[in-house]
Amino acid sequence: MQVMVAMSGGVDSSVTAALCQQAGHEVVGVTLKLWGGESDRGCCSVADVDDARRVADQLGIDHHVFNYSEQFDAAVVSPYLRSHELGLTPNPCIECNRAIKFDALHQRALALGFDAVATGHHARIVTRADGSRRLRRGADEAKDQSYVLYMIGEQVLASTMFPVGDLDKGEVRRLAGELGLRTAVKPDSQDVCFIAGERSRARETFLGDRIGLRPARVLDATGDEVGRVPAIELITIGQRKGLGLGGGAAPRYVVDIDHRAGVVTVGERADLLTDTVTLQDFAPSERSWQGAVLAQCSAHGEPQPAVLNGMVLRWDRPTKRVAPGQSVVFYDPAAPDEVIGGAMAAAVGA
Amino acid sequence: MTPSPTVYLDHAATGPVRPEALAALQAWLAEPRGNPSGTHHLARHARRALDDARDVLAHALGCGPGDLVFTAGGTEADNLAVLGVAEAVAARTGRAPLVACSAVEHHAVLEPVHALGGVVIPVDATGRVDPGSLAEHLAADTDLVSVMAANNEVGTVNDLAALTAAVAAHTDGRARVHTDAVAAFPWLDLRQAAAGVDLLTLSAHKFGGCQGVGLLMVRPDVPLRARLLGGGQERDRRSGTQNVAGIVAMAAAAAVTAAERDATVRRVAGLRDRFVDGLRERLDGVEETVADRRLKVAGNAHVCIDGVVSEELMFLLDRSGVCASAASSCASGAISLSHVLEAMGIDRRRGAGAVRFTFGWSSTDDDVERAVGIAVDAVCRLRSARSVRSARFARPARAAG
Repeated sequence: MQVMVAMSGGVDSSVTAALCQQAGHEVVGVTLKLWGGESDRGCCSVADVDDARRVADQLGIDHHVFNYSEQFDAAVVSPYLRSHELGLTPNPCIECNRAIKFDALHQRALALGFDAVATGHHARIVTRADGSRRLRRGADEAKDQSYVLYMIGEQVLASTMFPVGDLDKGEVRRLAGELGLRTAVKPDSQDVCFIAGERSRARETFLGDRIGLRPARVLDATGDEVGRVPAIELITIGQRKGLGLGGGAAPRYVVDIDHRAGVVTVGERADLLTDTVTLQDFAPSERSWQGAVLAQCSAHGEPQPAVLNGMVLRWDRPTKRVAPGQSVVFYDPAAPDEVIGGAMAAAVGA
Repeated sequence: MTPSPTVYLDHAATGPVRPEALAALQAWLAEPRGNPSGTHHLARHARRALDDARDVLAHALGCGPGDLVFTAGGTEADNLAVLGVAEAVAARTGRAPLVACSAVEHHAVLEPVHALGGVVIPVDATGRVDPGSLAEHLAADTDLVSVMAANNEVGTVNDLAALTAAVAAHTDGRARVHTDAVAAFPWLDLRQAAAGVDLLTLSAHKFGGCQGVGLLMVRPDVPLRARLLGGGQERDRRSGTQNVAGIVAMAAAAAVTAAERDATVRRVAGLRDRFVDGLRERLDGVEETVADRRLKVAGNAHVCIDGVVSEELMFLLDRSGVCASAASSCASGAISLSHVLEAMGIDRRRGAGAVRFTFGWSSTDDDVERAVGIAVDAVCRLRSARSVRSARFARPARAAG
């Protein structure tokens, strides 16, 4: 087969290219230039492109750079900013997978005559008895990325390969080392790829430069002001730190954000618990699913049993609130490793 | 996959070394070597090679041998022209220099002009600066104006005589005129075309010399402050031991380029015309970016192709062995709409399918036949994939389940 390998310059996609080649495929590596902004330390920096190209050279495969920076800005960065403005908690990796890696790139690969696209994600694809395909968790539980891939539809899955999904991270690094790939000991990428710098401050600076950040009052359940935060846009439901509450008292969590009024309400952990979450933007769109599911609310969160009824997911046991904008991914209770689909938590009252 | 037999249509990016240049280079590298700044016989030998090369190049440009400053390529020469004149002016007058350049200059000119807070002169839809309206964009006390002789991307040629006259009239002869002639030298006799300019840039690898070698022609009365300080080579205008081998090869390439220019221009224009006509006969929606070929250098075919994304077309062409170029490449190697097309008023939709094919002295009839066939196949493939794509991936946008 002719396989296009999306090479980020990291160890997983380096080994992906090597494995595709070893499997006898005709392999071409591509690196996506996604972000033209000032962050040159993220996923598409010149240094990472260099790494990808040198790995491709070492393997003896062609390497190209595709420029998706306009689409990335339109489909990932701008919605990320808009979501924060609206007080939502966006996941830009999911939007990038949805719009770029498993849509625009995939379409392009097929148009250019490739049979499949391989990426370095830790996930697997299973073919069921009826011939349909499903996404499955990666073999390395700690590195599993199925949560951020839930939106991939069957048609795309049919021409997608995740060769490192069967391996644990240690094996990936060991293979890279054996092959002498320069990325063997490169650290894993962290955080949002288009925001450079140290974690919390970097996000605040990135957003502050692009959208207005508004200060907010922090109230307790009785309505007393207990603190202030500089930017309501950076506050997430369930958040515990960085609320300016001082120490001493029992831990308090953000249980409500009134964006319009500029008010953050904190409460006890019990106040965070809820029976239901209302969802929107179900994906993949060709699949409809109702009934019992295992629902996971973050990349490495614990899946919880629930029942999906229309747009409403009802937890079997009261569960911590899901921040609006966050994705909820459904796994099959009969095959808990397999992804059925996912959706996004709607804004409260939506 | 290694693309088999190459059809090289990217001569404006770089081209093969001329056999005459290669012979000169090899002969020079094989000889015992001296430093041209030294005094012993080997040093004097190197000095002589440098002086001979200087004579040949001066002849090709119609200037004195002492007017040439050898550099490590076109970018350094462009930087030296803009920043070197600006700094010399500033040192003399004590005020901030005023510089200007056209909007379609190479970044090697644009960036220094930006750094000096200079003026960017708009171009017309063909990418040329209009001598009639040039004055509107220039202050009377402008110090330097830089306008390229021929554009590297779309191939249009500026009327340097008219532009130089307009600059002189508007600034009372005060402003110096620099021209980046990197893309022009294979096609234009600059002794006439650039007769009135004060500074001129060449880059050896664009006419059959080596990469990393170039020159700046500076007329004797032009104030210029060196950018590289050191041993004072090149009459204190550019320090550093000269790349003698590269310069000797550049001179050999320039000599043969100038000697064969008329014949090459005729022959290559014929190849270019057959290529573009061939594409247009066999494909709908192929538009020449500058329709009037008389405005362009002979080797340039720049087209906007409907219904394809140039990045995808480049990929398929490359897989079939055809080397072409979509736009100026950036550091990471990705392609984005060029500043040249933007300055010409070409919208992003049209520019999305922009491709540059550039022919050179080594191009052949066979190149044309093969390139037309491969390009037509690639465009058809992308167009049909596109119609399949839009049908196949049509779906409600993220509808609720």
